[in-house]
Amino acid sequence: MTTTSSAEHTRRDFLFVATGAVAAVGAAAAVWPLISQMNPDASTIAAGAPIEVDLAPIAEGQDIKVFWRGKPIYIMNRTKKQVDEARSVPTASLPDPASDQSRVKEGHDQWLVVIGICTHLGCIPIAHEGEYDGFFCPCHGSQYDSSGRVRRGPAPLNLPVPPYAFVSDSKIKIG
Amino acid sequence: MSGPSTYQPTNPALQWIERRLPIIGLIHSSFVAYPTPRNLNYWWTFGGILSFMLGVQIITGVILAMHYTPHVDMAFNSVESIVRDVNFGWLLRYLHSNGASMFFIAVYIHMFRGLYYGSYKEPREILWILGVIIYLLMMATGFMGYVLPWGQMSFWGATVITNLFSAIPYVGDSIVTLLWGGYSVGNPTLNRFFSLHYLLPFVIAGVVVLHVWALHVAGQNNPAGVEPKTEKDTVPFTPYATIKDGFGMVCFMIFYAWFVFYVPNYLGDPDNYIMANPGVTPAHIVPEWYYLPFYAILRSIPSKLGGVICMFGAIVVLAFLPWLDNAKTRSSRYRPLAKQFFWMFVVTCILLGWLGGKPAEGIYTIASRVLTFVYFAYFLIVLPILSRIEKPRAVPNSIADDVLAKYGKKVVSAIAVLVLAGGLIAGGVQDARAQEHGGPTPPSLKWSFAGPFGKFDRGALQRGYKVYKEVCSTCHSMNLLYFRNLADEGGPGFTAAQALAVASDVKVKDGPNDAGDMFERPGRLADRFPAPFPNEQAARAANGGAAPPDLSLMAKARNYDRGFPQFIFDFFTQFQEKGPNYIDALLQGYVDPPPADFKLPEGAYYNKIYPGHAIKMPKPISDDQVTYDDGTPQKLENYAKDVSTFLMWTAEPHLEARKRLGLQVMVFLILLAGLLYFTKKKVWANAH
Ligand code: FES
Repeated sequence: MTTTSSAEHTRRDFLFVATGAVAAVGAAAAVWPLISQMNPDASTIAAGAPIEVDLAPIAEGQDIKVFWRGKPIYIMNRTKKQVDEARSVPTASLPDPASDQSRVKEGHDQWLVVIGICTHLGCIPIAHEGEYDGFFCPCHGSQYDSSGRVRRGPAPLNLPVPPYAFVSDSKIKIG
Repeated sequence: MSGPSTYQPTNPALQWIERRLPIIGLIHSSFVAYPTPRNLNYWWTFGGILSFMLGVQIITGVILAMHYTPHVDMAFNSVESIVRDVNFGWLLRYLHSNGASMFFIAVYIHMFRGLYYGSYKEPREILWILGVIIYLLMMATGFMGYVLPWGQMSFWGATVITNLFSAIPYVGDSIVTLLWGGYSVGNPTLNRFFSLHYLLPFVIAGVVVLHVWALHVAGQNNPAGVEPKTEKDTVPFTPYATIKDGFGMVCFMIFYAWFVFYVPNYLGDPDNYIMANPGVTPAHIVPEWYYLPFYAILRSIPSKLGGVICMFGAIVVLAFLPWLDNAKTRSSRYRPLAKQFFWMFVVTCILLGWLGGKPAEGIYTIASRVLTFVYFAYFLIVLPILSRIEKPRAVPNSIADDVLAKYGKKVVSAIAVLVLAGGLIAGGVQDARAQEHGGPTPPSLKWSFAGPFGKFDRGALQRGYKVYKEVCSTCHSMNLLYFRNLADEGGPGFTAAQALAVASDVKVKDGPNDAGDMFERPGRLADRFPAPFPNEQAARAANGGAAPPDLSLMAKARNYDRGFPQFIFDFFTQFQEKGPNYIDALLQGYVDPPPADFKLPEGAYYNKIYPGHAIKMPKPISDDQVTYDDGTPQKLENYAKDVSTFLMWTAEPHLEARKRLGLQVMVFLILLAGLLYFTKKKVWANAH
């Protein structure tokens, strides 16, 4: 052993390192499918395709809750008063500043479409409750206004607006 | 695991841990410094391979359990949705199902090795018995796992095996009811099997720890069968044994990957691609190959209780081996008679396995009886007598002497023999399964998707879809296919818009709506292919009493006899196209009028391929019935071939991805095996 030349040493070390590296690459690659399988499967992704919702049955001042990708979506037909309230507050004073206009579709100003999941820890806020004519989360008392913007409580952000578009005046497509 | 360790880490943090929990020392003394005989051959790598397989089975199993639903109505489809929808689900499922077979191949080699080299003899009796316990646990685990996919063979295997216990006098029936949790194999049975199938591998892992512990106390046996005496007889486990085990393991992985990526259903039963049906027993109930020798013993005994006793006895007798064989010489290498009897015993086991796959009648029963006698005679008569009368040859003085003697290396030829034997058993099984077929053998066609680089012919898939839609779908359902699948990669190559157009042509029942009414809406990509009949009864009623089977898995659920030695070549040529060959031939196999000497039952049609020839399905398709837009001649021959291609895709939608990944894995493993081989040579160069 002690008599091996240094050239042979290098060759041997290279072989050891190469073998170890290839084995390590293989082990890492083998982990990939084991992790990837946890992601939503093809049927879940397909079931998350856009849905259409008919707005005709929702009277002024009423709301419905539909589910898209397992999430509750509030669709609210707001009264004039609710819209005015939402638009009269100075945007800058809000915890998460956003104008009401930016949260609805132009020309369909009375329709508010938001994902009904509290941005605090994921409870479902109750519509038409709280002090701002919007939503109230019973879990830890967050208050959202009639534009779904957070006004008070531990929630840091406004209720998110899902991707949607008006297909016709009385029909939207979510997703 | 061999006494208190003298290992002292130099890192202060490790020292801190080591003083409180000497785990690093334990690992060091068990897997690094542990002295291992320097003359071990490659048969000794199977211990490591088995640990690896246990790990693979546990990891893939835990993952499959994340997606599996243990319910009689959903289990079958949930397994299929794992294979079809879950990312890499097909890979995980095939790894697990073929992993069971690999596990048993490795354990049988491991056991025969122990038998040959006398690894059960003093002081390794407990080590051996723990091994027998592991083997029993493996059998129980494998059996319950096979029930989970809830196919026909799952159900009937479960029924037959649990009924073994009814042979017990007086309490047998109550025990069986207790096992079932009902009056027949049903949902409670499936649920408890799932629970136990999840539990037992961890029990196995626990006993493996004891097994390894016992091994490290007694020390490893070796081919010479003499105990190490001096330092010169051993080498440290790391790097010597680790690198050798690593090389053996990677070679084994190549073998494993061949199954997983190229012939994943070679060892499986086509009947298990048919959902469990408590009303129809398959013509031949054949257990998984690894139980076949015991199944042959069970059937060879003409009494119910006797058969069960013999079957369990055949395993239990192994536990008494250390006391049945008293010979002082361990290794059969130095026991000329024992060596010959050992090989006869191996052949007996293989032949019993082959017979287990044959129908229990005539000459097969007689042969099984003779071999059952030979099996027991080996343990109860031959070994005890041999240990008295045999004159062993002189064993080497020490392991070092043995290494210098360079005792013959016959590993390669022995592996070849084993592979051939394995092929024989597997082929025997396929034979038996094909017996139920009975018709003439369909011709083997050329399929674009066959072989290691196989790909579907998109044109054929699209035409096949057209034939299916215009012809087959009027009677047959296709429950496992969704419209979205038409646009999947590796499929017929529809665009998402085309697939959506196909879907929206279909009216799907949905609801209830807010008013509580069901309503119809256009289909979406996420919808299943619609079934032509609302339920099985309606399908039966509309088709003269025979419900047209679902076509989703048809191309994997049909089988025929390939004959010896073709089935052995099939393993190497990756032949997996029995289903498409059969479907193609069946569609072209109608003969009208039937041969004069054939009495056709009322409401049946003559088909030369169909088993028994009287098929209830009228000739479904003839020339010019479906319009082809791409200029392919509108001949029955083409219709049959295209629709068979389409059905192969519906049965195995990820076939292309499987073969593609298979190639990458194979290249990688061969590269790694080469590197490990040279590394091993370099490492061992110091030891010789
Ligand atoms: S989850 Fe809504 S306030 Fe905490």
